[in-house]
Amino acid sequence: MNAREPHRDSSWWTIRGSLDRRLYLTMAAASFVLWLTLWWAVTALELIDPLFLPGPGAVLRRFRDWLIDGDLLRDAGISTFRVMAGFLASAVIALPLGLLTGAYRPARAFFEPLLEFARYLPAVAFVPLVLLWTGIGEISKIAIIWIGTFFQMVLMLSGDVARVPMPQVEAARTMGASNCEVIQRVLLRSAMPAMFDTLRVTLGWAWTYLVVAELVAADSGLGYAILKAQRFLQTDRIFVGIIVIGLIGLGTDQLLRWVHRRLFPWVA
Amino acid sequence: MNEKLAVQGLGKRFATGGTICDVLDDISFSVASGEFVAIVGASGCGKSTLLRIIAGLESATRGEVLVDGAPIGGPDRNRALVFQDYSLYPWLTVLENIRFSLRLKAGGRRRGTDGHRESLQRSELLLELMGLTHVRNAHPHALSGGMRQRVAIARALLGKPELLLMDEPFGALDAQTREVMHELILHVLALEKRTILFVTHDVEEAVYLADRVIVLASGPGRVDSVWRIEGPPPLERARDLKRAPEFVAMEGRILDRIRATSGVQSDLTALRRLTRSIPA
Repeated sequence: MNAREPHRDSSWWTIRGSLDRRLYLTMAAASFVLWLTLWWAVTALELIDPLFLPGPGAVLRRFRDWLIDGDLLRDAGISTFRVMAGFLASAVIALPLGLLTGAYRPARAFFEPLLEFARYLPAVAFVPLVLLWTGIGEISKIAIIWIGTFFQMVLMLSGDVARVPMPQVEAARTMGASNCEVIQRVLLRSAMPAMFDTLRVTLGWAWTYLVVAELVAADSGLGYAILKAQRFLQTDRIFVGIIVIGLIGLGTDQLLRWVHRRLFPWVA
Repeated sequence: MNEKLAVQGLGKRFATGGTICDVLDDISFSVASGEFVAIVGASGCGKSTLLRIIAGLESATRGEVLVDGAPIGGPDRNRALVFQDYSLYPWLTVLENIRFSLRLKAGGRRRGTDGHRESLQRSELLLELMGLTHVRNAHPHALSGGMRQRVAIARALLGKPELLLMDEPFGALDAQTREVMHELILHVLALEKRTILFVTHDVEEAVYLADRVIVLASGPGRVDSVWRIEGPPPLERARDLKRAPEFVAMEGRILDRIRATSGVQSDLTALRRLTRSIPA
């Protein structure tokens, strides 16, 4: 008989194993550090022309200059405003529509195929149309972000509502709930955590449409700054713009995740 | 005894994708006021569908369901249904779940009225009766399966329904928890005195809890046989009863009926033929 080593649950590298918070943060930090080091090494050894890939130092200096002497904050502010406006314009219509289509099959049948079609329409291709319809003001940028996010958002919200377990709905009905009460007290409440998550994910998409939106005759904003920098071959500025968008996105996402945990503590 | 529930010539036909499927065919039976009737049958015999029709969640293709002699409409708070699982509201605490119906217009009770106060007291009573006092402020995800079903039963009982419908309420529980729930349900019902229709695939459970057991045959579901259980009154039943010879004999006879009507028997014969054909 061969004596086997007793199994000890000590390995942190297991399929779907658990990981404590400290180790999680270490891993996350390690990946950032790794890529930064790689970036620094490649540029410090001058393996790539700085015109194509500026070093972290150059990017940091550009960030400082842009922040102090330039108008980075103003650019970030106006971009954030456009993203939020486009996103909220989507959400205001998508929330009731998603609830309606998630609750009632006929409404779903009426809207879903149309929305499925619309979500494949490339938002970028709408730029000329949007310019024609709304001119070159703020509305045009908000409209493009709206086109990029709205259709997906409705479909995802509708799915969130449709995934509410049937017994929750039927239990309410056997307790005498009216249709209104089922929607308000069961569907909406039950789907709320998932809907919040959908909004968090689509807010990220809104940022990806920002640069497209700011292609449209803008004279401010992070997307505009990135495009202008390209014209002047200021690669470091492009990097700053991209990284700032990434950081704003990461920050909002982490904030919304925290709010989610606070609002919906029962979601495992 | 007066008749609380009468099911007359009930039939249910599903038509999906061009194929017509009869789930229930000409089902008739009645349940007396205060009686505990269990419906057993092989899986797929339509017993859950039957219960859902009586709850008003699905409509019948033929026949009628009468409560106190009047045909039923849609779902009604007088016909409470306890589901197997996933019917609690995860965002509400145990007590809030039990009190859910008080927030509904159909609950019919405005805040501050005597009726509302009485219901609040009743929810406290049910909490105690179900042994849930210590978890009153917990959320369902923090509870075990057995605890969750206690909440579901308490919630169904709050509105004093005339008819309590239970769809395999202990089906997802382990054997030990199920035993505890059997004791609990007998005691609660001795106090609450409701008319109960209970669907299960567990024959032991049916014989132990019910006054009468209805065996549904499958394909399409129809009443195969009805068994009256002559046991002691609910409060005097104990676990030992499940090992008493009469009890075991009754259980065996009902199981035989289910086997004979489920189509599994022919599978077994085929299997035996197959194993004999394999050379030793």
